[in-house]
Order: sequence, then structure tokens, then C-alpha cells
Amino acid sequence: MKCDLCDKDAVVHLTQVVNGEMKEVHLCEEHAKEQGIDINSPISITDILMGLGEAKQGIEHELSPACPRCGMAREEFRKRGRLGCPDCYKTFMAELAVAIKAMHHSTQHIGKIPGHEGAQTRIKSQIARFRKELDAAIAREDYEKAAQLRDQISAARSQADDAGPAEGGAQ
Amino acid sequence: MTLDGLLERHGGWLESGPDEGPVISSRVRFARNLHDTTFPGWASKEVRDRVWNEVLQAFDQVTGGSGFLRWRMDELQPLERELLFERHLISAEMVERKSGSGLFVSEDECRAVMVNEEDHIRLQSLRPGLNLQQALAEADALDNDIEKTLTYAFSTKLGYLTACPSNVGTGMRASVMLHLPGLCLTDEIKPVINAVSKIGLAVRGMWGEGSEAAGHMFQISNQTTLGKTELEIISHLDQIVLEVIEHEKNARLRLMETQEVRVQDHIGRAYGILAHAAMMNSNEALDLLSGLRLGTDLKLMPEIVRRDIDQLLIRIQPAHLQKAAGAVLSPEERDIKRAQLIRRFLEGKK
Repeated sequence: MKCDLCDKDAVVHLTQVVNGEMKEVHLCEEHAKEQGIDINSPISITDILMGLGEAKQGIEHELSPACPRCGMAREEFRKRGRLGCPDCYKTFMAELAVAIKAMHHSTQHIGKIPGHEGAQTRIKSQIARFRKELDAAIAREDYEKAAQLRDQISAARSQADDAGPAEGGAQ
Repeated sequence: MTLDGLLERHGGWLESGPDEGPVISSRVRFARNLHDTTFPGWASKEVRDRVWNEVLQAFDQVTGGSGFLRWRMDELQPLERELLFERHLISAEMVERKSGSGLFVSEDECRAVMVNEEDHIRLQSLRPGLNLQQALAEADALDNDIEKTLTYAFSTKLGYLTACPSNVGTGMRASVMLHLPGLCLTDEIKPVINAVSKIGLAVRGMWGEGSEAAGHMFQISNQTTLGKTELEIISHLDQIVLEVIEHEKNARLRLMETQEVRVQDHIGRAYGILAHAAMMNSNEALDLLSGLRLGTDLKLMPEIVRRDIDQLLIRIQPAHLQKAAGAVLSPEERDIKRAQLIRRFLEGKK
């Protein structure tokens, strides 16, 4: 399990039931310390999400201080909780990843796709939907369906390779 | 049609629709933003004006687009903006916005597009009764029409990119407006609100908060917008709303079985006060009209049609009263006009 904030292995795993839904946060040792997490005391995910704003000085130098497109400063974003432009999603992804996961219990869109998006996006979206179905099939121990979905995913993947390199749009 | 023309009508989305008992209306709203463009809350006046003009041009490609009424917020009086808010055509946040912000509304008021609210585009479809599927289909078609000429900000991973991360993904908020007097009178509303909140849906009072909602009106909507398809979100909401309706119907049945006289008394008193009071504030009117609405549902007042009550609920709001009077009114003057309006309505039904 990777840390939600970097690529290191997570050593702190927090689970909390909020509104009847389970939310999880995984952090590496370094980021757990930065968040001021004392493993022996009860902690709320909301506190961690809110705390992300203040406690990240340690890796501040690696993050760009402002969005290169719209100029919104990191501090400004943390204060407002609103983004300045679509590119801010890339600039502030470190903070956003955890918040989005906690809000939506997901990090992958599987809904409508704008008409101007190309074949590559559509295939990727199809794969994401298959994956979601696969997780559900495994959870209810329907291994026949799971095997079927696994085949569909690999077929869609090779289709994606044929469709050529990824087209535009923020990732 | 002008804004005054709009006032003559009673809210197109209330004018027709299936008989759904506790359900008043269904709404689907999409948040959309333009590719490579600063979000309205952080954009300069020039950028916001450019977005308005781009959406204006995009409306040429919208089916029936020329029939949409359109206003820029800065050309409307504060009272007119309030009026649009009371008709559920703009948000409270939009009332405060000016430069570059504006609104498109279909003549039947079932479809509306806010430009430069929190996002560049907030489009909605509003339908009477429980009809999320139709609202979704209409919002979807309008969305497709608008994006014929505009390029939306979209990411393969995060979906439609919005100013607030709580809307990212589908950018969709679906909601159903419900009248739940049975659950309120039997004191069962709190557990129902708690149960619904536990399964990822939000419950709000239409006027006022939580279980203290004035007029026993509630709105149930989806909270998460990412990781599910639009249809999945709507099916889930639909299913839960049907369960809430079932609870409401059971509560009404129990009330009539065990406390019929008390229910008759509650509704009769509501009628009595509404028919004779000379002054009435908003909250009191909402609560009493709720009683009357329950009375029509229980077939206790054959002379009154529920749709008329739903229209009254909008016409007794402050901006509507003032617009009808053609003057700015003090709260006390509004209370007098409100009581008058309701009295005349009931006299006409005798």
C-alpha cells in the first residue's frame, strides 16, 4: 500500500466510519509525522484533511508555490478550498488527492465524457468501469464474472494500445 | 418575454406533472467549465465577460436556444434577482454576483443555465413530481448542445473539472424536493434524516435547516459526484426517495388510523387561520400551507387543488410579493400582503 501523498510505502493506515461509509487514509512514516499523527490517540480524517494545509512545509520545496496558468498561490488555494483554474488540479494534486478520496470514496471518473474527447479517453473510461465491476464481482465471490471482466479489461487495453498515444486533456 | 411576464405565470415546472403525493419536484444540475479558462471566482472581469459571450454564442447551437430568456445579472434590480432565486432558477450565491454573470431560462422555466456562478456553467433541468430520469435526459441534451461549440475542462481520471473539488467527476447534483408532514407530525423525521445521511445522500430543509424545516419541505440530493455514472447516482437517489415516500405514506396512514380527529383539527385550524388572518409572516404561512397541502392529499379539502398550493408557496415569498405590489415593502407590509393574497385565494375556492 502506497502513501496517499508520495510513492513510499504507507506505514500508518487509518480507517474511520463517517456517515456510515468507511474512509481510509494511508501515510508513510515521514508524512504521518508531518501530519502530527500520534498513532495512540484517536484522530479524525477531517482533522488530517484540514491539517494538510499547515503541516506540509517539509516537502514544500518540491511543490510549485503557485499554479503556472492562473497564478493562484498554494496558500490562497488552502485558504479558499476552491481552485483557480482547471490546471490547478495538477498543481495542487498533493493536497487534492486525499481530500477527493475522502469526499467521494473514489479517484476515478466513470461517467459522461465530453463529445470532443477522443477514442483513447473512451477506452480508458470503459476500462475504469470494468475495474469497478471486477471489484464488485470479487467482493461477492462471483469468480466466473470476475474472469470474464478480466478478459474484457485486457481486450480493452490492447484496443487502447492500437488507438495510439493518449490525446490531450489534463490527466 | 420579460421578467414581469415570468411573474404572471406560476413556475412552469409546477404547471403540469404526475400526481406524486409527497414529491414536489426533481432537479438535475451539471457543473461545467471551459477548457484553459480561469474559474469565475478567480477570473478577471474581462475573462468573465468573454465566458458570457462564448456561452451566448453557444446558445445558437442549442435546440430551441433562441427561445431561452436571458439576463445579465448586472442589468437586473436586486428585487428581480431575488425573484429568480425564489423561483429556483438561480442560487443564493448567484443573487450576489454581477459582472459577467447571467442566466438563460427556457420559457417553461424547466431548463436554466447560470453563467459565471461558482463554475462557468451550471445547467439544470427541473421537473414536477418524481422524474429524475427525464430531468437527467433533458440536462444531458442541453449539455450536449452547449458543448457543440465550447470545449469543456475534462480529465480522463477526474472527469469534469470544477472550481470546488466536491463537484468534480460527473459535476452532477440530483435532488428531489419532498413534502413530509406525516413524518414531521409523528416525530419520525429525525431517524429518517439520519438514515438517509448515512448512505451518502444529503437532506436539507427547503426553508430552514434539518428537522426544523419550515413547511415540512425537504430536499434530498447526492453528496458524491465522482466514481459513479450519472445513471447510478440517479437510480440510488430514486430508490431512497421511493423508500422515504413509503415511510411518509405509512406515517399518514397511521395518523389517520389512530388520531384522525387530531389530524382534522390540525388541517382545519390551518385553514381557519389562513382564511382569516390579516397579517402573516413567511414561516407561519409555510407551516399552515403545509397543513393545507396535507389536507388535499388526504382528500379532506376537495375544493383545493394541491398544485395551487405549490404555486402559492412561491407567490408568498418576499420578492414575489414586492414585485406584484410594484413597490419595496417593509416586513410588516409584506406580512399584510401575504395574508391578503392567501385570503383571496381561499375566498375564490369557496
